[in-house]
Amino acid sequence: MQPLLNSLPETVFTTKVDDLLNWGRASSQWYMLFGLACCAIELMQTGGPRADVDRFGCVPRATPRQSDLMIVAGTLTYKMAKRTKLLYDQMPDPKYVISMGSCANCGGLFQLAYSVCKGVDKIIPVDVYVPGCPPRPEALTEGLMRIQEKMMRERWLVRQPAAAEAPVGA
Amino acid sequence: MSDPVHAESEAFHTEDMTISMGPQHPSTHGVLRFIVKTDGEVMREAIPDVGYLHRSIEKIGEKVTWHGYVPYTDRADYLAAMFTNQAFCMAAEKLAGVEVTRRGEFCRVIACELNRIASHLIAVGSFGQDIGAVTPFIHALRERETVNNLMEEICGARLTYNYIRIGGVGYDITPETCGRISEFLDHFELIVDEYNRLLSYNKIFIERLANIAVITREDAFQYNIVGPNLRASGFKWDIRRDIPYSVYPELEFDIPVGTGEKGTLGDCYDRYIVRIREMQESCRILHQCLKMLPKGPAIAKVARKFKPPAGEIYVRVEAPRGDMGFYVVSDGSEYAYRVRIRTGSFTAMSLIDKISRGLMVADLIALIASLDVDAPEIDR
Amino acid sequence: MDPNLRVDPQAVVEVCRCLRDEPDLKFEILSDLTGLDLPKENKIQVVYHIYSYSHRHQIVLKVDLPRENPQLSTMEGVWKVANWLEREAFDLFGIVFEGHTDLRRILLPEDWVGHPLRKDYVEQEEYDGISTQRAPLVEKLLR
Repeated sequence: MQPLLNSLPETVFTTKVDDLLNWGRASSQWYMLFGLACCAIELMQTGGPRADVDRFGCVPRATPRQSDLMIVAGTLTYKMAKRTKLLYDQMPDPKYVISMGSCANCGGLFQLAYSVCKGVDKIIPVDVYVPGCPPRPEALTEGLMRIQEKMMRERWLVRQPAAAEAPVGA
Repeated sequence: MSDPVHAESEAFHTEDMTISMGPQHPSTHGVLRFIVKTDGEVMREAIPDVGYLHRSIEKIGEKVTWHGYVPYTDRADYLAAMFTNQAFCMAAEKLAGVEVTRRGEFCRVIACELNRIASHLIAVGSFGQDIGAVTPFIHALRERETVNNLMEEICGARLTYNYIRIGGVGYDITPETCGRISEFLDHFELIVDEYNRLLSYNKIFIERLANIAVITREDAFQYNIVGPNLRASGFKWDIRRDIPYSVYPELEFDIPVGTGEKGTLGDCYDRYIVRIREMQESCRILHQCLKMLPKGPAIAKVARKFKPPAGEIYVRVEAPRGDMGFYVVSDGSEYAYRVRIRTGSFTAMSLIDKISRGLMVADLIALIASLDVDAPEIDR
Repeated sequence: MDPNLRVDPQAVVEVCRCLRDEPDLKFEILSDLTGLDLPKENKIQVVYHIYSYSHRHQIVLKVDLPRENPQLSTMEGVWKVANWLEREAFDLFGIVFEGHTDLRRILLPEDWVGHPLRKDYVEQEEYDGISTQRAPLVEKLLR
């Protein structure tokens, strides 16, 4: 141990394998463009020049097969609910869902509507809820930061004592 | 020398395929679905399937008070929220005989024309993106950020404004905001030239769009196509000029009309260039309004429990996607009896099946983008 | 308030064709076709807003139909835009248009039960396995 102490130059990082894997995943969240309604416009502005999420590594993908984050932006209607579940099932694990805006969180201002599903968490499990109508691009960026924190807490390599059927963070 | 590939294909049996261009797709026009029957490249028919964003806004009008319905009209077309607000408020005012203050009218026109610029920026930007030119979209979003800042100064929200209220406008426009709007306009007129250099006169863009999906004047009348789509087919009709409302009679502006300059009259390119020219005309209107803005209150006194007398009215407004009509029936109570929103995108969608026969699949995308259809307008 | 005409259900297509073709009237455009539910008078009205670009005038036609079984002939032969507008009226009010080429639901899912814009519409408890109610937050926290 003695010869190794304080021997490496400052440009070398040491870390655990879990942290390394999680850092790679958190710095490149590819989100699926699932903009349904007004929040989709704010989602586009978040990917736009001012509140640029490309600097966090988030690239929009059109297909669920290549994305690991689904941002449900907008009102979910019953007609769309079946397709949402289909798209969620097509995403490969590990996958995360951000529910953006009041309509996706709980139905929003459409509580009196007959055709609006009151919240996307009736259909798919949600990790982060971003409130707002529509949320500002800065608020959505905060949501992405929370997903990053959630990703960094996950442990993949060491077998968990609880049964391995539910992966952490799904 | 005989060509083995072509010799085989004579006896090759092919079948048409039915593809669902599903509700989730990378275009920005919202959740629309097309059932396309094609042989791989040329379409036999493209049937639109809508209703994935039907949020029952018309039914909610019967359950919410008159003042409380204004935010719901925002969501009926979120890219042109000021216009839907204005149409509903005009209907309520005409039913009750409320007179809007003069400063309120000018504030309404300023807010609406800024919103028209923002909506057309998305239209032309996403048009470029659907064709394949991704860069101009980012330029459009950059300009739209400035407009969003101005809207936030005026009314506090970036997208769904709830600004135009019954009797006038919600908040007054301060002189500092007027100064910033002037600066934005001086900067924006140069940006439109930059946009033209980047996209409008680009050879590939023109070849992609010229002579594609021509809408003749007869078709436009039969299918009730309105707005820039109608003007691109050569017919000069604008509600602001022909059925005037608010203070538009005192303002000077031209109505850009399609001329078939790069192809046939009424093709996709005409619908695109009419929108660019409308943005320039909106800048002219804004300059005039900022000079003519009078002093006075921004909103007239209207009762909190608003109860217009029984009656019905049909009001039209020139929204960026065409003539938006509000048919409002009142029975004298504090809830409306029936609110009907008639939008330009709904009827434009009904035309797509007829026009798209014989086009290629990529041209279908160009057609949808050129009509500037918008899912919330179709489904409400 | 615009002038409005009450028209008989049997005559409405002929009236509209005449309105479109007469040179002094020349109503080229069907601006809107919608329904209006009047349960107190036990009828459903179909309202047509028709506009003329050449003469700049508008007229409103109203047709009264019985509430139990509203049926009307289609306007598709006169203005093609009536195709989608009548599908929407069928979807939301239940008005059946005879002679329509493709009368099916447009805005709601195919297997939806009921016509929502009628005044006596009752929302269903669940659709496709998803319940339509959302428990208020306070109840959920107290449970």
